[in-house]
Amino acid sequence: QVQLVVPIAVVFSPGSVPGDLLRPLPFRDVQEMEISVNLRTSVTSRYEMLYRSTTGQEEAALAAATAREADAALHPLQDTTLGSLTMYVVPETSSLLPQGINVYVGKHRSALLRAGGSLAALQARLREVTQVMSFTASSIAAALSDRVPNGQLSPDARRYLKSSLGYEITFSLLNPDPKSHTVDWDIEGAVNRYVKPVLDKLSLVANFSVDSQILYYAVLGVTPRYDKESSSFLLSAHSLPHVINPVEARLGSSAASLYPVLNFLLYVPERSHSPLYIQDKDGAPVSTNAFHSPRWGGIMVYNVEAPASPQASLPLHVDVDMARVMEVFLAQLRLLFGLSREEVPPEFLLESPGNEGLADWELDHLLWAHTVENIATVSTTLTSLAQLLDKIGNIVIKDDVASEVYRAVASVQSAVTELSLGHLHAAFQASKEAVTSSERAFFDPSLLHLLYFPDDQKFAIYIPLFLPMAVPILLSLAKIVRETRQHKKEPTKMD
Amino acid sequence: MAAAVPGATRAGAAAVLLLLGCCGPVLAGGLQDQAEQFFRSGHTNNWAVLVCTSRFWFNYRHVANTLSVYRSVKRLGIPDSHIVLMLADDMACNPRNPKPATVFSHKNMELNVYGDDVEVDYRSYEVTVENFLRVLTGRIPPSTPRSKRLLSDDRSNILIYMTGHGGNGFLKFQDSEEITNVELADAFEQMWQKRRYNELLFIIDTCQGASMYERFYSPNIMALASSQVGEDSLSHQPDLGIGVHLMDRYTFYVLEFLEEIHPASQTNMNDLFQVCPKSLCVSTPGHRTDLFQRDPQNVLITDFFGSVRKVEITTETVSLDQDVAGFESKFPEEELATEPLKYAEQLPVAQIIHQKPKQKDWHPPGGFILGLWALIIMVFFKTYGIKHMKHVF
Repeated sequence: QVQLVVPIAVVFSPGSVPGDLLRPLPFRDVQEMEISVNLRTSVTSRYEMLYRSTTGQEEAALAAATAREADAALHPLQDTTLGSLTMYVVPETSSLLPQGINVYVGKHRSALLRAGGSLAALQARLREVTQVMSFTASSIAAALSDRVPNGQLSPDARRYLKSSLGYEITFSLLNPDPKSHTVDWDIEGAVNRYVKPVLDKLSLVANFSVDSQILYYAVLGVTPRYDKESSSFLLSAHSLPHVINPVEARLGSSAASLYPVLNFLLYVPERSHSPLYIQDKDGAPVSTNAFHSPRWGGIMVYNVEAPASPQASLPLHVDVDMARVMEVFLAQLRLLFGLSREEVPPEFLLESPGNEGLADWELDHLLWAHTVENIATVSTTLTSLAQLLDKIGNIVIKDDVASEVYRAVASVQSAVTELSLGHLHAAFQASKEAVTSSERAFFDPSLLHLLYFPDDQKFAIYIPLFLPMAVPILLSLAKIVRETRQHKKEPTKMD
Repeated sequence: MAAAVPGATRAGAAAVLLLLGCCGPVLAGGLQDQAEQFFRSGHTNNWAVLVCTSRFWFNYRHVANTLSVYRSVKRLGIPDSHIVLMLADDMACNPRNPKPATVFSHKNMELNVYGDDVEVDYRSYEVTVENFLRVLTGRIPPSTPRSKRLLSDDRSNILIYMTGHGGNGFLKFQDSEEITNVELADAFEQMWQKRRYNELLFIIDTCQGASMYERFYSPNIMALASSQVGEDSLSHQPDLGIGVHLMDRYTFYVLEFLEEIHPASQTNMNDLFQVCPKSLCVSTPGHRTDLFQRDPQNVLITDFFGSVRKVEITTETVSLDQDVAGFESKFPEEELATEPLKYAEQLPVAQIIHQKPKQKDWHPPGGFILGLWALIIMVFFKTYGIKHMKHVF
């Protein structure tokens, strides 16, 4: 059974200790919760809480003017190992948090909470925050989605990218009308400035490789509708699914790597179809002018302003505003991985992670989900490999396949142990190794067993071969047996 | 090509809401749409594996069958990168083809299914049972290019179409080997164990085709065959100009049916089951849906033949600070010392040439052979007497 241990430090600033606290600070407490995925699989989550009061330095940091400054000042004083969380409790009436906000989640691994009056209210708030910052029952269930019985999980929960050892990101610029627009995009600069920081942070999760391309005369598969009121062209929401396919054929999903490919397309509409807006299902134009498809990537429409004078010479030179484009693409990248900030209760204030793209606790969120998913995948793979070998008795297992299996088993055991000790980083690395080894063992080309011998075929082949040969042998055997018996009887007779 | 989308019909609106999957405001039909959502397939991509297993000019119709299905599948949206096309022989450039570089599927050469953009992944002698099973199970040598792999995941719907000559329980590959229904069922089970498909549609157009799907036992598989056990699937029409039969009946009528499907259509599987009645096909097409979890009524043709993606509107953005100067990566890229490229030594040739032949250890004959010889020798000497021994030694 898998036990997920989250070490949490709850730090009370002066004046925020609830009156009904049973024991004097500092003390430790453990809360366990079982998340059951199906009848046989369940994951236990264990929050190891250490309650203590603030040190002098922490008090000084909490005296800052805004929550953001306090968070920045507290960051060097915290335990920043992957998977651990620190909660600072401030008095109910503190002005550190804005009005109406009860919880402030920073961009590292800490949060500021209001005391909340009673211990029970504080506990409830703590539980909410820790779930947002680490994992919830639904995120674990989504990670283990192939074990959840059909019908219990909505189809949407299976849309996030599966845990993989690497991902390929391809940025494509689609210019269907090169006669009217000469589009220049500084993709290399944009990748270095905006995308690399995010991928650097995500490098813990997987290897990323980035490439880019420009496609000319690539049109969308759908003709947009002209809307007189806004004098623009509109792509309605229900035509969006048909946009991707004609383009995909031209994208040339990378021939070199076997990792899942994420495509981010920037479409500059033709002069005759400008400006082009995407409509959501209510009919309102979408502010980002972009949409994404789970496990595939995203498309953004970049409108070029009409030239000032109608006699302006074509083609128009267009310099793409890469910052605006990357804001949308990085948001889509986050959504593809499942890092959405939409399901957070309204009294929470989440700090924006800025150019890093994702907060530390969001990285932890991904790591928890991926570790659990990896462990589940390894156990399924090894079980099915064992079943296969049981069923087909005469498959030959090569030595390296056997050693990969042993390595996979050792790694997965170490991953489970590390999880139960609360070491998320080590557990994740071990689970990645386990997945690599088990996949290598399962998909080894030598394990293909082609020869299927049904029983009637065996009879049909061997009987004509051996029956004629066997007839004289069996008859002679019978003769031998008779003679031996007679021989045994004779001595008694001769006496 | 993809036509303009039809107006907002009731079914269209339901499809919109389902495809978006947004948690938007609850509309009047909101609850019903939620219920319908559970009946929709949860797939995010589509794959197709199309196999023609027969060689020789007179099996032109099998290649035409496969290419027709390929054409429909591409027209409805599945890209080449997601199609594994296996053709056992080359009809378009066959010396006996009076119209080179074409493969026709209608009489009077109406429809050329071998156009400019046909991408055959496994051709000619590469179409073997072993390669087919390797593609399905994923146990492929690491040197195989990406176009020859089935890189499906647990959210893929796969269409598998096979055609050729078959019999009760087997399908003939290249006139030299067979794949049995048990092997096929085991291959599908291996795919299920590794969750290499979400749902699978298996179509087979051979004689006694129904025998091939009898042994399936993995979930989420729907199967169609052109004839029952004991019946032969017949070919459709010979073309006097080319001199061979151009297509098989079942696939011909399936193709006619598919020509009316466009990417946004809502036709379901029950219509596909009715496609070739006995009056047209002479054989009785069969189908098997007991392993499939959804009701065929709710399964769209485009769930397997087309590639309609789930799409969500992006409503969030990341706020970026534009004044960031150059970025120093935490993990600077290692500068690999680049040597001039040389031809790589793939085998240690010098070692191999000068190797002494390995002494194979002699093992005494074991088990069965030993017993058989002992029996023969004992019988010989018992029957003819021990006195012959001295002549032997």
